[in-house]
Amino acid sequence: MSDAYWETVIGLEVHVQLATESKIFSGSATTFGASPNSQASAVDLAMPGMLPVLNEKAVRYAVMFGLAIDADIGHRSVFDRKNYFYPDLPKGYQISQFDHPIVGRGHVQIQLGDGSTREIGVTRAHLEEDAGKSLHEDFHGMSGIDLNRAGTPLLEIVSEPEMRSAEEAVAYLKTIHSIVTYLGISDGNMAEGSMRCDVNISLRPRGESEFGTRTEIKNVNSFRFVEKAIQVETERQMDILEDGGSIVQETRLYDSDRNETRSMRSKEVANDYRYFPEPDLLPVEIEDSYVAVLRESLPELPAAKRERFESQYGLGSYDAGVLSGERVIADYFEAVAASGDAKAAANWVQVEVLGALNNSDLSMSDCPLPATELAALIGRINDNTISGKIAKQVFEILWNEGGSVDAIIDSRGFKQVSDSGALEAMVDEVIAASPEQVQQYLAADEGKRKKLVGFFVGQIMKASKGQANPKLVNEILAAKLDAAS
Amino acid sequence: MSVDQAEIEKIAQLARIRVAPSDIAELTERITGILDMVDQMQAVDTAGVEPLASPLNASQRLREDQVTETDRHGEFQGIAPATESDLYLVPKVID
Repeated sequence: MSDAYWETVIGLEVHVQLATESKIFSGSATTFGASPNSQASAVDLAMPGMLPVLNEKAVRYAVMFGLAIDADIGHRSVFDRKNYFYPDLPKGYQISQFDHPIVGRGHVQIQLGDGSTREIGVTRAHLEEDAGKSLHEDFHGMSGIDLNRAGTPLLEIVSEPEMRSAEEAVAYLKTIHSIVTYLGISDGNMAEGSMRCDVNISLRPRGESEFGTRTEIKNVNSFRFVEKAIQVETERQMDILEDGGSIVQETRLYDSDRNETRSMRSKEVANDYRYFPEPDLLPVEIEDSYVAVLRESLPELPAAKRERFESQYGLGSYDAGVLSGERVIADYFEAVAASGDAKAAANWVQVEVLGALNNSDLSMSDCPLPATELAALIGRINDNTISGKIAKQVFEILWNEGGSVDAIIDSRGFKQVSDSGALEAMVDEVIAASPEQVQQYLAADEGKRKKLVGFFVGQIMKASKGQANPKLVNEILAAKLDAAS
Repeated sequence: MSVDQAEIEKIAQLARIRVAPSDIAELTERITGILDMVDQMQAVDTAGVEPLASPLNASQRLREDQVTETDRHGEFQGIAPATESDLYLVPKVID
């Protein structure tokens, strides 16, 4: 049984916080981390008589997302009230959208670890307002309410249940992240809650067309936790089903400390949101001309960029995927590749730059090394000023201390020795000091000689502290050794 | 269409309205009356008629994305029953 028998079915609801200055229905600021309730106006507090007025930028951003996933844009979009009582929702309802969402059916292309791609359907995406925050620390047995977040614009993106593994779900989430940050409609900062995810998950025997009973894991807020939550929930459901039990449809929470999901305290009454059209807002009409202008202004999107990286720079699909995944990384790579050596640029960015960022826990936007300097560094390898090995030292210095490539090469005396006189002297010395190896070399046939020559090159590089021009060293060595025979 | 006592209790719970047990019978009767009226309206043939999201024949005007509000939490919290550290305090609810 187990993995070979069961198929995991996953659908995601992703809440993306839109990067507007003001809230979706009021003129309050949306700045993260402001002191409690300093950004909550009379509208956000649901004072009597206050009316919502829709933010144009929230509409624009939603339409842009719709265009990016090739979706139907609702020409007439309607807001609805979703009714429930909770202290961080002062109105007693959330303004959301029910059956006329702004973005209809679309699709995205995800890329998996082996470089292959799959299409995942997006059912819909709708605009809604966020709720405030409840703090349950000890306020003399009471809860503290901060309404700064109340009314922040969210785009809720609902996928089709088309993912079949944790890997696919993470790839989908990364794709959504990449699209919204490319479009600039969200900062995508998961640590600050700009992107949160609900995971719907069920199991069924492979080949079965009916879905099994699903559970919903609420509010998972990192790529890693999505992956782990799906893994542990899959195992939990599998254990129950294999013991002959049945899954209860319920909402669960993922506890990252214990790496388990557990049932949220069941509500006395099942959710019944009693949606109805929001009488305080008229239907939103979205004109074709408005959509056409936005369509024209869309930037190149990740999937298109990945394909272009493959064709324009001759990159493999995995490398192209990594380099196009984030817009800042893609822009950085292209700025480095502009120096002319795209393959070297791809290598240096992926291995050295992304590696160093990862080690120092930085993101690309904090990268201390300007693309122009990395391009200059590659240029100095290619024009034989320095060797690749020395280049890594220069890279470290640039990364940690800053400065310019040429100044570092000059001041540290890193310049490759290409003076044939000096190199000949070094070669002579090494040959004189290694009579045994010279004899071996002379006794060997053509094929073996190539291997043995490596010893001499190594010695010379060591003697020159890596600064000897390897191409010249090889030439001089070959001439001298052959002359000795 | 009619509602029963259990449904009245559920609606009251969802709306957070306390209904005295002695009132339930009368409420059941009156809400059933309202639903009968809805049934009457439902009988009208609406095939081909778009559902009405608003009785006004107009579309929503949008506002520019500009911060126009200032921090007035002092004023708002002046009329709140309990506050601390700029937070509104409410009876503890964990859902």
